Parts: sequence; structure tokens; C-alpha cells
Amino acid sequence: MADHSSIHGVVADFSSPDTLLDAVKAARAQGYTKMEAYTPFPIHGIDEAMGAKPSILGYIVLCGSATGFTTAVLLQWWTGTIAYPLVISGKPLFAFEFGFPVMFELTVLLSAFAAVFGMLGLNGLPRLSHPIFNYSGVAGSSDDRFLLVIEASDKRFDANATKDFLASLGAEKLEVVEA
Amino acid sequence: MADLAFDPKAVEQLSPPLVTGQPSLHDVTEAVSIHTELETHRNWYIALAISGSITLLLGSMLAYLVATGVGVWGNNNPVGWGWDITNFVFWIGIGHAGTLISAILFLFRQKWRTSINRFAEAMTLFAVACAGIYPLVHVGRPWRAYWLFPIPNADLAMWQNFRSPLLWDVFAVSTYATVSAMFWYVGLIPDLAIIRDRATTKLRHTIYGIASLGWRGSATHWKNYEKAYMILAGLSTPLVLSVHTIVSFDFAVSIIPGWHTTIFPPYFVAGAIFSGFAMVITLMVIARWVFKVEHLVTMTHLENMNKVILATGTIVGYAYATEFFIAWYSGNEYERFTFINRAMGPYAWAYWSMVSCNVISPQFFWFKKLRTNIPFMFVLSIFVNIGMWFERFVIIATSLHRDYLPASWGYFRPTIVDILTFFGTFGLFITLFVFFTRFLPIIAVSEVKGMMIQTEHEKHYLPATTAGSPESVRAH
Repeated sequence: MADHSSIHGVVADFSSPDTLLDAVKAARAQGYTKMEAYTPFPIHGIDEAMGAKPSILGYIVLCGSATGFTTAVLLQWWTGTIAYPLVISGKPLFAFEFGFPVMFELTVLLSAFAAVFGMLGLNGLPRLSHPIFNYSGVAGSSDDRFLLVIEASDKRFDANATKDFLASLGAEKLEVVEA
Repeated sequence: MADLAFDPKAVEQLSPPLVTGQPSLHDVTEAVSIHTELETHRNWYIALAISGSITLLLGSMLAYLVATGVGVWGNNNPVGWGWDITNFVFWIGIGHAGTLISAILFLFRQKWRTSINRFAEAMTLFAVACAGIYPLVHVGRPWRAYWLFPIPNADLAMWQNFRSPLLWDVFAVSTYATVSAMFWYVGLIPDLAIIRDRATTKLRHTIYGIASLGWRGSATHWKNYEKAYMILAGLSTPLVLSVHTIVSFDFAVSIIPGWHTTIFPPYFVAGAIFSGFAMVITLMVIARWVFKVEHLVTMTHLENMNKVILATGTIVGYAYATEFFIAWYSGNEYERFTFINRAMGPYAWAYWSMVSCNVISPQFFWFKKLRTNIPFMFVLSIFVNIGMWFERFVIIATSLHRDYLPASWGYFRPTIVDILTFFGTFGLFITLFVFFTRFLPIIAVSEVKGMMIQTEHEKHYLPATTAGSPESVRAH
């Protein structure tokens, strides 16, 4: 096996989401595991085809929600009863009824932060440089092209054989991309 | 199988196309990106000069207010809340349609939202920016506005009263502004990457490259992105309902006749959606024409929005009637007086302007001819906006101007500063739009593309699926 350390992988450029999806399935069937698709919009069913696990973002957001709710309860309870008790018309210093709006808002706020920053974190963004940008036709992947990259880190990767294999799947353009 | 009694025309009538003229994916990219790439048009500078001047007027009015005091406004006893809170509720209400379109319609899988959600979300942000000005400056000493937030500080030396709905409002509005901004930006990331990939100069490539955070559109990216988008939509849906509910608590939790009613939360939310959709129509009719995206924002979109205006306008009319009924049924003489005074007192002109604009005018949308007529819907949407401004004014002014003692009765008159400040917020609103439409894609490109492909698939599979239930086919 040749040394592939300077190669990121082979890019196969497809013209429709359906051919891309078929190619992903074929590549999996062939035994390739390290692959990534680059598409202008989400393709349904591609995660299953690639064997990717579902996103864990939901759990991150749940932690955000719990933090937000707890913060709101503690904030209102502590400021109202310990730090600065303010007696108004004999009303309780703390109660869940009047505390609810702030609890709700802080829960939503911290959940939203968790969703956005969690998504960016899981995606490794911001990251301004990536080997896929070395592909000459990368601009198409945000327009109307559908790319499949079989990465050099794959055990079965062999620049020429992988290229021939992808060509047989109907790729309209093939390119070996530098790392 | 496929040649069952399947009539594509009948299907098209049931669900008209959301993108007309069958553009390719590339055509869509082109149509939406091109306006950010062309040489700046002379008209853009003219628009910016006009709206920018009006924004400067807003700035000078606010500077005058801060330097002099809230007395430059018409607010005084007994009408302590005047145009400031009217305009605050007016602007925040307009924002709600944007969140409704981006979040609630997303959860309901309403595909028609994809062409208008970016624009409507931008409207939300800019409207909230206009709304946010008022509570900050009407506190009297805006340089102390941070006292509204529970920040430990030495000069206040105490904590906020969490039993006050005004404090709930601080949390609701700031959360709403933050979450709307994040939702909007998350939606923009893949589209900013499109503009980056099309960039012809190094500078453009760098700026849009940084703004898009290096988005690559990989399957992993999309997986987490779609999840995040769905969670944000799920969070924004109760959020938008809570915001106007809490805004209505500012009134309903008080004991002022005309304010102290349980109908306020749903009635305010319906009114907010009503006014927001009207504002989307006003802006979208202009934008689709200026930016030549009539094939992406089609008559179907406009008609659907007009249907929402009709529905929510009718709810608002029903709420007005219920308020009157309850005022009579409560047997409370102050409550009765307030409502009779609303319709027949010194503010009757405002009340009946509100009723004609909000209750009568949307009823024209029962007629398909009228709700698909662009000049007509444009004019009507402006009427709705005027009517919804009057609604807030009527609620605030009529309830306050007659205090329990006739000795403290009064009449609110806006000053020139009130009027110019309000006028100025439109300048800010439009200026933000002028920048938005110049530098950012005004339509969610990747969402429209995904929707086009999905629709194509459904069309392809439709005959096969309907074949499973022959009754439904024969029914046509």
C-alpha cells in the first residue's frame, strides 16, 4: 500500500442526489468506511446509507435546558428570599407561579445557545481551511453538484483503484485531492 | 400502475407549484445570489440616503430625549404610557410573523414557507431592534438601563422584583431577540457559503468565508445542522407565543379597567401574527418585484399569507366583541364605562379606525379575486398595519385617560418628538433592510433547493402511492 499522507482522498462529482445516494450505497457495499458527501442541501437517507450515527445534539440541548431552568429557579429564589427580601402586600418572597415566565425564558435561552454552539462544536466550526477546498470544483457543492469523497485514511483506499471504482458509479468528474 | 386515473392537473390545482417556470438548481442559486454580486445600483444609494436620513432623525430625537428627559414626549398624568409603549408593542408584534413563518410553519411541514422565511426572519430582527429602543429610553435614565437585568452591581445595591411582569418582559424580549438572531444566522450559514463559493475577488471570498464559518455542506454538517434547526424551531414556537403573552401581562396583571382581562394573551398573540403577516405582505410585494424573484415567491405564497391575515384578523375581531361582552357581563361599572368610553368617548375616532382596519378590511380576503390581486393586497396590508397600531394606542390611551376620579381625567396628545421618533424607527427598519438585501441572500437558497427536489420526488411517487387506495383516486 502506497503512502497517502499527502492525499486527502478521491472526489467523485455527481450531478444528482439520486446518483450520489446510489454511489454511497455502492461504496459501503464495496467495504469503504471513511467517506464524506458534500451537497448543496441535506439529502434524506444519506446518513443511513453512510452508516452515520444520529446526531447527539439533542442531549447537549437537554443539558442547556436543565441549566437554564435551574439558573432561573436559583436566581429568583436567592435574590428574592436571601439577598434582598422585598415584602409587597404580604405576597410570598418566592413562588413558582410568578417565577414561571423567567424560568421559561431562561430555559429557552440556554437551550438555544446549546443548540447553536453545540451544532457548531459537533461540526468543528468555525474552521476556515479544509482539504475539500483544494478540489477544483468545490464551488459546485454549494450550487448544484453532489460530491462523494473517499478518504485516504480508509483501509481499502488506493488512489487508482478507488478512482476507477468511483468512475464506474457514474461520477462525471474525478480528482485526487491533496491534504 | 402509473396510468391509473391520475390527473396531474387536478393535483396541481390542489397544491399549486411553489416554484414556477421549472428552474434548475443552478438557476435558483443564480437568482438569489446575483443581487449581492452586481455593481451597486444607483437606486440602492438613493434608498439608503433616504432611509439613512430618517434613521439620523431617529438618532437626533433620541439624543434630545436623553439629554432633556422623558417630558419631551406627550406622556403625562394620567396617560403615563403613550406612544412609547404603543410603538414598542407595535414593533414587537410585527416581528412575530417572522418567527411564526420560520418556526411554526416549519414544524407543520408547510413547504411554502421556504421562499419567504429568510425575509420574514430578517423582518423579525429589525422589528425587534426598533421595538427594543422604546423600553430602554422610556425608563428615563437609559444609562441605567442595565438595572433591568440581574447583574450584581454596587450602584443599585439591590435586586430586581421578579413578581413584576415588567421584569418578565425584560427576559422575554431579550431572549426573543437573541434566539431570533441565532435562528436567522444559523439559517444563513449554508447560504453565506454559496456566496463565498461564487466570490470572484479575494476580499469577498474572505469576508463571506469568515461569515459562513467555513461551512462545507458535508453530510455530517447537514446532520447536526438539521437537528439544530429543528430544535431551534421547536424552541422558538413556544417562545414567540410566550413573548406576546408576557407583553400582554404588562397590561393584564395590572388592575386598570380595560387591561385587567384574561383574554389578553391569546388576543395579543393573534394580533401580533395578524400585523406581522401584513408587514410581510407589504415588504414582500415590493421585494419580489425589485429583485425579480416572482418565480420563487409566487402567488401561492402571497395567497397563503393573505389567508392567515383573514384568519387572524377574524380572531382579533372576535376578541374585540368578547371584550365588550365581558365588560357588560362582569357587572363592573368601571369596566363598562371604559368600554363604552372606548367606542363613544373622546378616542372614538381611534377606536373606529381600528375596527375598520382590523375587523372589516381583512374580510375582503374571503374573495379569491381580491386576495390574489397584488395592488389590492398591498393597500390592504398597509391598512392592517395602521389598524394594529391603533389597537395598541386605543388599549393604552383609553384605559389610562379616564382615572377613577374625574379630577384626574386627561387627553393624550403626542408631541412632535413622539411623532418624529416613531417616524424615525421606520427609517431604521428600512435601512437595515436596505443593507440586508444588498449583502445577504434574501431567500433561503439551500432550503428552496431541498424543497424542489423533495417535491419532484413526491410527484414521481404520487401515482404509485395513490394506487394503493383506489377510492381516493376515483374521488377526483
